[in-house]
Amino acid sequence: MSKMGPNYISTTNACKLCKPLGASLVFKGIEGAVPYLHGSQGCATYMRRYIISHFNEPIDIASSSLGEKHAVYGGGPNLKLGLTNVITKYQPTMIGIATTCLTETIGDDVPMILGEYNREVNDAEKLPTMVHVHTPSYAGTHMEGFHAATAAVLEQLAGQGGKADTVSLLPGFVSAADLRYLKEVLDDFGLSAMILPDYSETMDGPAQHKYEKIPAGGTPVSAIRKAGNCRMVIEFGRTLAEMKTGGSVLQEKFGVARSVVGLPIGIDETDRFLELLSAVSGRERPEKHAMERGRLVDAYVDGHKYVFGKKAVVYGEEDMVVGLTAFLAEIGIHPVLCASGGKSGRLAAAIAEVTRETLPEQPRVEEGVDFYDIAEAVESLEPDLLVGHSKGYSLARKLHIPLIRVGFPIHDRVGGQRILHLGYRGAQQLFDTIANALIARKQDLSDVGYSYM
Amino acid sequence: MQALLLDERQEQIHRTGEKPFTIDCDKDSLAGAVSQRACVFCGSRVVLYPIADALHLVHGPIGCAVYTWDIRGALSSGPELHRLSFSTDLQEMDVIFGGEEKLYKALIELIDRHSPEAAFVYSTCIVGIIGDDLAAVCKQVEDEKNIPVIPVQSEGFKGNKRAGYRAACDAMFTLVGTGDTAGTSPYSINILGDFNLAGEIWMIREYFERMGVEVVANITGDGRVGDIKRAHGAALNVVQCSGATMDLARMMEDEYGLPSIRVSYFGIEDMAEALYAVARHFDDPAIMERARDLVREELSRVYPELQKYKAALSGKKAAIYVGGSFKAFSLVKAFRLLDMQVVMVGSQTGTTEEYRELAEITDPGTIIVDDSNPLELSSFLEEKKVDIFVGGVKERPIAYKLGVGFCDHNHERKEALAGFTGMLNFAREVYSSVMSPVWRYTRPARGDES
Repeated sequence: MSKMGPNYISTTNACKLCKPLGASLVFKGIEGAVPYLHGSQGCATYMRRYIISHFNEPIDIASSSLGEKHAVYGGGPNLKLGLTNVITKYQPTMIGIATTCLTETIGDDVPMILGEYNREVNDAEKLPTMVHVHTPSYAGTHMEGFHAATAAVLEQLAGQGGKADTVSLLPGFVSAADLRYLKEVLDDFGLSAMILPDYSETMDGPAQHKYEKIPAGGTPVSAIRKAGNCRMVIEFGRTLAEMKTGGSVLQEKFGVARSVVGLPIGIDETDRFLELLSAVSGRERPEKHAMERGRLVDAYVDGHKYVFGKKAVVYGEEDMVVGLTAFLAEIGIHPVLCASGGKSGRLAAAIAEVTRETLPEQPRVEEGVDFYDIAEAVESLEPDLLVGHSKGYSLARKLHIPLIRVGFPIHDRVGGQRILHLGYRGAQQLFDTIANALIARKQDLSDVGYSYM
Repeated sequence: MQALLLDERQEQIHRTGEKPFTIDCDKDSLAGAVSQRACVFCGSRVVLYPIADALHLVHGPIGCAVYTWDIRGALSSGPELHRLSFSTDLQEMDVIFGGEEKLYKALIELIDRHSPEAAFVYSTCIVGIIGDDLAAVCKQVEDEKNIPVIPVQSEGFKGNKRAGYRAACDAMFTLVGTGDTAGTSPYSINILGDFNLAGEIWMIREYFERMGVEVVANITGDGRVGDIKRAHGAALNVVQCSGATMDLARMMEDEYGLPSIRVSYFGIEDMAEALYAVARHFDDPAIMERARDLVREELSRVYPELQKYKAALSGKKAAIYVGGSFKAFSLVKAFRLLDMQVVMVGSQTGTTEEYRELAEITDPGTIIVDDSNPLELSSFLEEKKVDIFVGGVKERPIAYKLGVGFCDHNHERKEALAGFTGMLNFAREVYSSVMSPVWRYTRPARGDES
């Protein structure tokens, strides 16, 4: 693959996004919060546009709208002016401030500026909560931004006052439907939980008659403040490793027990997650979920022949790729390439962990690649399907193979926010989608046009 | 309403007829106001993007390139190099030690791989700060590879989108005048400011060709480097859009004495006037005759169907928020043709003159707004009980969330809205949103229907 070569230098059609985008999504998942990018106006607008095209929801991201003189003399005054304007217009309970490459490079000291702001305003005690995070896009992808923002929120807000929810769940970047599913599962186990972030309503809300300045929903700041007292923090992500995350913050600062599991995609990973919930709650797996699992196994059996031995290329965020690979392997699809624009250094090991029992030999795994690399690799791999977000469409089109749309962004279909990936229920949907895509392809290519499978 | 409006924004909103016209515009976006604008880079990128046989390399961290990958529906009849997203993807070490070497290598690599006719190299915020000498690297590669390698000075913070248009025009102007103009017809034009969204420029070109007018260069829809190089050989620049390519027309006028006229291809009235204006310029009765025939023929084709839409849409209320306000004139007229009422019109980067003219042609009480934001826009939609909102992707969820219809008139549109056929498509687009039965489920509680 060319990126692996000694002279490869340019990026074509990146398979990653920039860091502040991930942070913005985290802040959107907190109740009453407005995300705020400290940088030039374009960053906020571009990310809004990109996110809107997936969620089909309004997403207001404020900006300090820096101009040339601020780049020279510092962006502090505009950051403060912008905060005042956001407070006046939105009356937020929290403002999440993420830096951009511009303000990181000119060296704006955001915590210091926020401190000054606090001293300068009247009624400082009435100010909304402020959380700041460093997200220069020249260091890491949107996922590093996502985890950094989650960690910053907990580091700056979590404490030990009051009775916390039993569990803190940090799911990473999953869909709105996934978040709703997780809430249901936790509830079924009788667990009170703080899920951070939770944009299941703020980014997938009902039609309104009146414009909500800040959509309802999101993780309450009050719940975050008590998270230092929770019994356990559960984090999804097998590639997180040594990265500073919300989980590591709670563990190190408050001694909270930490459990890191993979994104529960497919039966094996979901089993592990539910076993963990069972242990934490002291309850057996509820019958409802046993039934879902049973139906899923039944569906696997009914459809196994249509998917067996098919070759898939999987791409996207690293932890999403790990989960999807685990799922594909357990239904008999052969992942021939697992690729990501991220560079945790952990992707191959994480995939090996989840496919040890299902894959006789390990797939090719590539980190830090773009779609040019993926297209080049695919030439010799002859996959039957692509599994990933919308940006693989041009490749799927070129290869005349189905693209199974998962993750983010889904820019060329409706309902990206409603794709369910997690749990037995998510696996059921993924399985049906994949099996039907392969059946449809066979049917379309057939001279006969069979009307039974 | 007042609570939603920051004091600093008061002067950027005018209500037709309520007081003598004044509006404050062409200023930097207010921090914290959640402007719908992007940045200088965005301005340059959207203008140059449709040049299909050029390499467009974004020098900076990954965001700027990845958010503009295949972003416009600008079609090409040939090469599609413009649909790929190239970046130097600057990393921390590059920021510390400078990105010139990486830029040089990336350019060489991509030029060798794709053999483009030219390369545009976009500067981003960070490049302006770390001080990479873009011009020097471009010059070096140009000498080595023998194709134009053009720096675009589009650092995001150096102004607003208009500054980006200017940078794009500066970049294109370095190409103009370097090509052979032999054999160019005296009845020839360049089309400036049409980006061939959904194939619009093909329609417009065909109209001009039917009139006997040769089109030398499309700037920039379905654009080609070679055509831009010989664009100075044309007899007239026909400029659309609010400002994206006006600077280029001005530069060509100063340097080559090439006159220009300003037109719009949206709506029947403005489309016809665009053809007549070109015919008048050439002062040739045969061309004028053909223009008249063409307009008559096209009108007789689209008019009957338009009546059907007009009957259904009559009296409905429309709001407009677009990038540049020049397009808004045409939209106001187009809605009038459908017997609809425009109650709000605004843009990201309009000029005082344009807003003044809008105030003159709109009905009393119409809201005219510069550089607006979601809270203002949504309050206007609610206040005016709007039926259809015309805008771009960022405006769409604001409309939909409030149960208001929407028509995409921005660069992602997939329906051709220019030309006579475009007017029909536009009416159909408006009709298919306004008349949808889904509003039954959102409207009752909005209080304006039984």
